[in-house]
Amino acid sequence: MTFLAVGLCLLGVAAALVLAALDDGVTFFYTPSKVAANAVPAGQQFRLGGLVETGSRKTLGDGVSVAFRVTDCIRSLPVVYKGVLPDLFREGQGVVAIGRLEKSGTFRADSILAKHDENYMPKDLADQLKEQGQWHKDGGGKPCPEAKS
Amino acid sequence: MTAEIGHFALIVAAILALGQSILPMAGAARRHGALMSLGNTLATGQFVFVLIAFCALTWAFVASDFSVANVVQNSHSGKPLLYKITGVWGNHEGSMVLWCLILSLFGACVAWFGSNVSPGLRARAISVQGMIGLAFLAFVLLTSNPFDRVNPMPPDGRGLNPILQDPGLAFHPPLLYLGYVGFSVTFSFAIAALLEGRVDASWGRWVRPWALAAWSFLTLGIALGSWWAYYELGWGGFWFWDPVENASFMPWLVGTALLHSAIVAEKRDALKSWSILLAILTFSLSLLGTFLVRSGVLTSVHTFATDPERGLFILAILAVAIGGALLLYAWRAPTLKGGGLFRPVSREGALILNNLLMTVAALTVLFGTLYPLVVDALGLGKISVGPPYFNATFVPLMAPMILAMGVAPFLPWKRADLLGAFDRLKLIAGVAVALAAAVAFVEDRHSFAAALGLGLAAWLIGAAAWEIAGRIRLFRAPPGESLRRAAAMPRSALGMTVAHAAAGVVVAGITASGVWQTEVIRTMKPGDRADVAGYTIGFAGVREVRVGNYLARRGHFIVSEGGVAVDALWPEKRVYLPQRMPTTEAAIRTTLFADLYVVLGDPDGKGGHAVRLYHNPLVPWIWIGAVFMFLGGMISLTDRRHRVGAPRRSARPASARPSEA
Repeated sequence: MTFLAVGLCLLGVAAALVLAALDDGVTFFYTPSKVAANAVPAGQQFRLGGLVETGSRKTLGDGVSVAFRVTDCIRSLPVVYKGVLPDLFREGQGVVAIGRLEKSGTFRADSILAKHDENYMPKDLADQLKEQGQWHKDGGGKPCPEAKS
Repeated sequence: MTAEIGHFALIVAAILALGQSILPMAGAARRHGALMSLGNTLATGQFVFVLIAFCALTWAFVASDFSVANVVQNSHSGKPLLYKITGVWGNHEGSMVLWCLILSLFGACVAWFGSNVSPGLRARAISVQGMIGLAFLAFVLLTSNPFDRVNPMPPDGRGLNPILQDPGLAFHPPLLYLGYVGFSVTFSFAIAALLEGRVDASWGRWVRPWALAAWSFLTLGIALGSWWAYYELGWGGFWFWDPVENASFMPWLVGTALLHSAIVAEKRDALKSWSILLAILTFSLSLLGTFLVRSGVLTSVHTFATDPERGLFILAILAVAIGGALLLYAWRAPTLKGGGLFRPVSREGALILNNLLMTVAALTVLFGTLYPLVVDALGLGKISVGPPYFNATFVPLMAPMILAMGVAPFLPWKRADLLGAFDRLKLIAGVAVALAAAVAFVEDRHSFAAALGLGLAAWLIGAAAWEIAGRIRLFRAPPGESLRRAAAMPRSALGMTVAHAAAGVVVAGITASGVWQTEVIRTMKPGDRADVAGYTIGFAGVREVRVGNYLARRGHFIVSEGGVAVDALWPEKRVYLPQRMPTTEAAIRTTLFADLYVVLGDPDGKGGHAVRLYHNPLVPWIWIGAVFMFLGGMISLTDRRHRVGAPRRSARPASARPSEA
């Protein structure tokens, strides 16, 4: 009986911890279109997914910050990241950036993910692109036909 | 020809597995000795034929037989021999064959080394093992045949993903599967016991060595994977709470609980029904992990390229195995009789606390892993649950766990005096609190986390050392006497103490590297210097080299301490030739107490290179600790009670057994 009580207490504590942790432990996934539609509260961490716009990658003055644009073939968003990009980061390929939107409208990334597979398209992004009717079976490695900012 | 032999051997193995799942079970039901022992032969046969298939596949890789589709997709003639061999399990199909091989090996081990298990239980366990084998062999044959041919045959293969061409990752899957799949044996024993309707203390004794072996390998497999992530991914981190990492971690947590509850089942004839539930849950989580990794339902850096058909097949296996096992449990468990009685404060009580904390922790991890799937399925948006969630739920559950871990070995069975036990440990507690206070006082950044983590680590290591010192009467008896006592110490007690102390070492490593990591990101031109945590790192330049199957830009860094050069580091950016795929090779200078970690980035076009420098204090302790946890498991496994003396079945009244079918 004692142990049942202890177990139930523990479950209660765990549930409380889980609920508290879900507040800042969960990050939402958005595409540039969703961001443009004002779906994102300012200052909140989220994951931005899309393709790296071809020709948009620049190294900034400090030599270690990189700027590029992430596009979902409808809208695009400028991203700044300080650090070493993953090996598979390439223009025209899928990327997921985790960070926050600044007041200027630039997305400041804390980390950048590109999967260890040459045909990588993040699943969340593929689903979003399908939803938006922008999905081509081989689209993962191909830049958008045209992207508006 | 070899491919056909392999394919044929897999089919034969599946047929043998079919026989293995039916015949010994029927034999056990009818008390037919020959049918029951036929299971042993079939289990051996299944293993032999899966081994033939595995060897055939390995041969296709080693001989670069590009008429086999799997070899074309995952190998290349110019690859070093080691990676031709490890390429066998560097892909979905081949790794499933390895899965089946290890599964059938464990089944065969029950047949070979299970002579002290009662014949009925063993026959049923082997039969359940056969059912699992059949399910997975059917999965391989129907959805993931590694022996498919291609026509026309291409001149060369596409090569193995370069980041898998690494010794750490080469042996990560086999070790991980030895752990994952090893828990299939405890699952089979649990189902067998439920079918028999009889669980007694000897059940705990039979299950313990299997749980111990599986747990040890799983520990090593997870550690190897995290070590690989640490040095290969170039992020300076070792654990990302990625869904696939969690998939291997959940069986570890519940398996750890099982390991401890089986002790109570054996020694005190209690917690039997609970142990059976844990055995079912552990393997269920292994299966869930297999599903998550191979179905592509989760976004993760690890997942295999997959198609939905495979995901559905594994989901079906999952549903039948977990659903069936839990139904059987719900039906039969109430008939199992409880055993020895004990007070809440006792060795049993402490082990139950371990069990509760471990399973609740596994539950929070499970919740965090599956929550994004549920939210997505409900159409509420796409989310991911990141490290902040896991740190905020997992750490508060582990802290009381570690406190209890230190004191539990000092509690006697049945009824204990908690104050008395703490009294014996007051010196260790004092040292731990003093260390925590010193850390909190000296260090102003994240001081609470550091003080808590290092204090707990000191408590755990100190209590383990104190326990051994007490057992061998160190400094209280002549050295010869202490030495004799040390040699005579029961191996299981020694193994436990080593593993507990090792867990303390891991906690210290995780805490220190998490709190005190130094990161410097900057561009460096040849001749530039950067200061990191007391070291000066000078950049001497970059040159192009060609090694084996890759081209590399190799940076040259000189590490000096107090103006004296102490080491040279050579981080690389590689491009593997067949796929033209880039990888980053960090260069690491490791001492026992810290790692200096250098990553070469891209050139900035003005003669400089982006460079990432890390100083990671105590990070080697994580892997050293994990290796000692493994060794603790192995030491415990050599305990003579696990090997000799067929455990006698205590005479349980027949009323404890429901009528048999």
